[in-house]
Amino acid sequence: MTTLLIADHDGAALSPATLRAVSAARALGTPIDLVVLGGAPELAAKGAEFAGIDRVLRVDAPADLSTEAVAALLKSLVAARGAGAVVAAATSTGKDVLPRLASLLDVMIVADVVAIEGPNVFTRPIYAGNALERLRSLDGVKVVTVRASAFQPAAQGGAAAPVEEMSRAECEAIIGSAVPARLVSREVSETERPDLGSARIVVSGGRALGSAERFDEVIAPLADVLGAAIGATRAAVDAGYAPNDLQVGQTGKIVAPDLYIAAGVSGAIQHLAGMKDSRVIVAINTDPEAPIFAVADYVLVGDVFSVVPELTKALSAS
Amino acid sequence: MKALVAVKRVVDPNVKIRLKADGSGVELAGTRMAMNPFDEIALEEAIRQREAGKVSEIVAVSIGNSFASETLRHALAMGADRAIHLTTEAAPESLGVARLLAEIVRREEARLVLLGKQAIDDDTNATGQMLAGLLGWPQATFASSLNIEADTARVMREIDGGLETWELPLPLVVTADLRLNEPRYASLPSIMKAKKKLIEAIDAGSLGIDLSPRLERLSLTEPAGRTAGVRVGSVTELAAHIRTLAKG
Repeated sequence: MTTLLIADHDGAALSPATLRAVSAARALGTPIDLVVLGGAPELAAKGAEFAGIDRVLRVDAPADLSTEAVAALLKSLVAARGAGAVVAAATSTGKDVLPRLASLLDVMIVADVVAIEGPNVFTRPIYAGNALERLRSLDGVKVVTVRASAFQPAAQGGAAAPVEEMSRAECEAIIGSAVPARLVSREVSETERPDLGSARIVVSGGRALGSAERFDEVIAPLADVLGAAIGATRAAVDAGYAPNDLQVGQTGKIVAPDLYIAAGVSGAIQHLAGMKDSRVIVAINTDPEAPIFAVADYVLVGDVFSVVPELTKALSAS
Repeated sequence: MKALVAVKRVVDPNVKIRLKADGSGVELAGTRMAMNPFDEIALEEAIRQREAGKVSEIVAVSIGNSFASETLRHALAMGADRAIHLTTEAAPESLGVARLLAEIVRREEARLVLLGKQAIDDDTNATGQMLAGLLGWPQATFASSLNIEADTARVMREIDGGLETWELPLPLVVTADLRLNEPRYASLPSIMKAKKKLIEAIDAGSLGIDLSPRLERLSLTEPAGRTAGVRVGSVTELAAHIRTLAKG
């Protein structure tokens, strides 16, 4: 039995979540084939040096494959390689593709797991992280998405695992009949900041910021001085203060940085679900009763519009 | 075109859940329940598509014990035309739910299925994808806008790095993300009218569909709590703490 680990990448680089998913896949205790669909040829070579990868399969797949095609391709790989498990990070791609794959294999997805004990037993948060469910999967093939922030990144740069190649022709022969969904456009936020999902420090703003301009004026300088990623609450995103891909919470990004600074964030249940596993939480809020204070390690009661700029100044001076 | 919307009854998102003492599940007795918020968005989208002339009829479907009919009543009050209640005392997993829905989609000859992207109780985020897989239909998950022209849908999706727009042929499964729309409140007259509408009940067990669980719950526990922190008195003090923390 082998585990197929599906690499998450943007065409140019493997995502940090992939490295963490390697650690999760290793806990299953079976050899790991890293599957790299499309992207630059260097991606496979890079992945081959991840500690714990036994083989790499590079599929020369066309760019922007539809979910339908990817699921069909993975189904065929499971059969061809006799895989006992398919693992991917619970990114927007993993969450889109793997449940579909599970249904094609007639198995139940094990979604968003935070702990793996051998080949059958998994732990996953439910109810916005207010309960942890430990479960045993009875299915023959496990299809699993893993919450990257719950696993440590695997080591890199070791001895290279062998890389196999599936040609474009072989790939197209498998996906030929899949449904013709077509990508029209992609708007990816360009940023110099670290990736929100894997950043060491995150600065988040809430609805208290009041507008997109003030969100930028107050939050961005603090993030800059700390080299931090920027996050936002659902309320701030809904109000248009920050783009959707910055939403931290139950249904947005789940983060667990070393330091999470929440500015003007009240602490709704669904927001706490996305950040309460952070190592240290700092909260700044005018309301001394804000629920965020119940989970924060350091709290300062005060107005974000004066406190955060002062803090930024104090930190840049050092 | 007939649209089917799947709606789930869940613990109200504003309620703090309590675990049963024996760790077998979440205490639901006496707990306030509501329609899964993402399903409400999916239903609102179906209604808007009907208002735009793209959808002719909306069938709301819910799976569960007798209380699921309350959720369907709410769906009818919001604007669904008909409701189907698949009755079962069990709580099927996403795969079982997808199988049941696939059967209803075939019976109803629906060409558009709208669902919430995830239910806020088990947070699985899978039913729509599994249904699309079983039907062999394309899927557009995490939708933040939906435009239907003839036999093609253009869907904007929320992804990790930003947004994507896809063009997909119908029939199609769409799962709703938060920013697809803001659901309407049911008006009093429509609530009254909904009380008179018929909810068709079908025994889920009578459909001959395998609903046996694939995941066996071993335990349910509360996550380790965080202890309340230190209240700092000044920005200078906070800056000193952050400086130390940022160094790692």
